[in-house]
Amino acid sequence: MKIMVAIKQVPDRDAQVRINASAKWIEESDLQYALNESDAYALEEGLQLKEKHGGEVIVVSAGPERVGSTIREALAKGADRAIHIVCDDIGERDALSVARLLAAAMKPESPDLVLTGLQSEDLGLGQTGVIVAELLGMPHASLILQVEKTETGVTVKQELEEGWFQTIELPTPAVLTIQSGGNKLRYATLMGIKRAKTKEVRQLTATELAVDAAPVVVLERITLPKKQKSTQMLSGTAAEAAAALVQKLKFEVHVL
Amino acid sequence: MSGILVIQEERGQGRNRFSYEALAAGRILAGLTGLSLETAVVGDKNTPILAETSGVPPMTAYAVQHPQLKHYTSDGYVLAFEQLIRKLQPAFIVVPHSYQSRDYVPRVATRFGQVLISDITGIETGPTFVRQLFQGRMNGSYRHPGDGPCFLSVQAGAFQVDSAQGGTTTILPFEPEIPADAVRARPGEPFRGSSETVDLGSAQRIVSVGRGIKSAENISLVQELATSLGAELAASRPICDNGWVPMERQVGSSGQTVSPKLYLAVGISGAIQHLVGMKGSQCIVAINKDPDAPIFEVADYGIVGDLFEVVPALTEAVKGAGH
Ligand SMILES: Cc1cc2nc3c(=O)[nH]c(=O)nc-3n(C[C@H](O)[C@H](O)[C@H](O)COP(=O)(O)OP(=O)(O)OC[C@H]3O[C@@H](n4cnc5c(N)ncnc54)[C@H](O)[C@@H]3O)c2cc1C
Ligand SMILES: Nc1ncnc2c1ncn2[C@@H]1O[C@H](COP(=O)(O)O)[C@@H](O)[C@H]1O
Repeated sequence: MKIMVAIKQVPDRDAQVRINASAKWIEESDLQYALNESDAYALEEGLQLKEKHGGEVIVVSAGPERVGSTIREALAKGADRAIHIVCDDIGERDALSVARLLAAAMKPESPDLVLTGLQSEDLGLGQTGVIVAELLGMPHASLILQVEKTETGVTVKQELEEGWFQTIELPTPAVLTIQSGGNKLRYATLMGIKRAKTKEVRQLTATELAVDAAPVVVLERITLPKKQKSTQMLSGTAAEAAAALVQKLKFEVHVL
Repeated sequence: MSGILVIQEERGQGRNRFSYEALAAGRILAGLTGLSLETAVVGDKNTPILAETSGVPPMTAYAVQHPQLKHYTSDGYVLAFEQLIRKLQPAFIVVPHSYQSRDYVPRVATRFGQVLISDITGIETGPTFVRQLFQGRMNGSYRHPGDGPCFLSVQAGAFQVDSAQGGTTTILPFEPEIPADAVRARPGEPFRGSSETVDLGSAQRIVSVGRGIKSAENISLVQELATSLGAELAASRPICDNGWVPMERQVGSSGQTVSPKLYLAVGISGAIQHLVGMKGSQCIVAINKDPDAPIFEVADYGIVGDLFEVVPALTEAVKGAGH
């Protein structure tokens, strides 16, 4: 099976995010980056399918030079090669424009299966994978936890809400957007990290892919959210705050 | 271009709140733009949601029907709503942000060269649309400057359901064309996860642990606090994904919905998918080292600090209080 996995580099979840001077995005200098969580699961699913059925796993990522480190990480975990769509204006592109980049890079490869994460941790648009499916003219299924290969395609386990699931049969080629938690994630081994250095990373540009940046929707401004409740903050040392909380729970909330 | 089309989902008695909230968002948009409101749902003219929501303001409801739509599939719904939107040419399309809409609406939008503005929490003059970024740590204001329909999905719980007030709705059938071979996916019947044995819904006290706990070994720290409080242990999704706490103790949109007297969130950031599962708790306490964590937006009491110091101290204090 030829499997392509879309991976996005996002600010590390423990990184302090601050609004930048333009108030249109966050301050990116000295920010730490990581692989988007559900993309890590998409990669894991791809690698496991390859281990079972043979084939190739190709990761694709769009973003500036810094994305290279996340691509290397995926190669170290076991992806065979990578396509880096180098573009510095990724922040100005909307989901359709990003999906066009990804689809244009994937199409000539004729993959059997395209895996993406369900949702990015920074923008949380939750739709890039579905749009890629539409652009490639492939069927898709979203919120997928497990994938099994069949004679003609795949059988997948989809998560619904509130603890419900559903099985879906799809013909391939198909696009799946992967939810977190379906597999146990692997770590890169030392050997893997060494091998990654020799693997192919092909660089493409938006111009080569003939995808312009003109967005349909525009992010105008970012702000800090307002509080919905007035929170009583309990300060002091850990012991003082704990003692104060116990008093509140006992005499104000009456739950102790 | 005219009108606002709200696409509802009929899910059965008492489970249609998401659709009513989408309709409420549609009414706000109607108020801001002066456009008329229409609605559509897959089903026949007797589909309950069409009757329940009739009235405010006068509008047309489309009962979208076709044998191929009996079971949800992305392909079927994409074709049906693409055709309805071409016919009605609405300026705005509003849907609840459900697993269903996130599965098919982005494809429909793509067919119109558009992008879904997903999971909105607010509508302001302009109109501009507010949605969360960075898992709730920031808000973003979005605008749709161009021509063509603007697609919006509405976050659960963000808009207040308004009550009906007079007026009548005309219900019209709409029959899309869906060729026999157009639907490529074959869905099975929905089923429940096998291990639904813990009912957190009736718990009075819950101590819930998130990724701030760092590793499986540290869970015992929070378990001790729970025990001292006589509370059930619960967790956010990543903790269950890692297998550190059993799946059936997950709180949130894909886990359980709880409303205890006390919900104590330890090292949980407060992403919306977690909040929807516990916002209804009577008293919410959050312990987090990040003063800007979104969990504090819904907390009654907050302690900003390192959980590895605060949790043992709290266990001691609870024991000391003779509980
Ligand atoms: C379709 C869908 C469904 C989902 N369903 C659910 C669901 O049902 N339930 C759910 O919970 N999530 C769900 N999620 C995931 C959700 O979006 C978040 O990713 C998740 O809730 C984050 O979990 P967390 O708060 O434990 O981790 P994080 O977001 O990583 O937060 C960890 C927090 O711990 C704090 N922290 C770190 N170290 C310390 C310390 N030493 N002391 C104190 N605080 C510390 C940090 O400041 C941070 O706020 C779903 C997502 C999607 C897309
Ligand atoms: N710049 C990108 N490069 C590679 N993949 C991406 C990019 N942006 C989004 N994706 C993929 O699309 C998924 C959904 O992202 P989003 O629609 O932003 O929530 C992510 O989990 C990735 O798999």
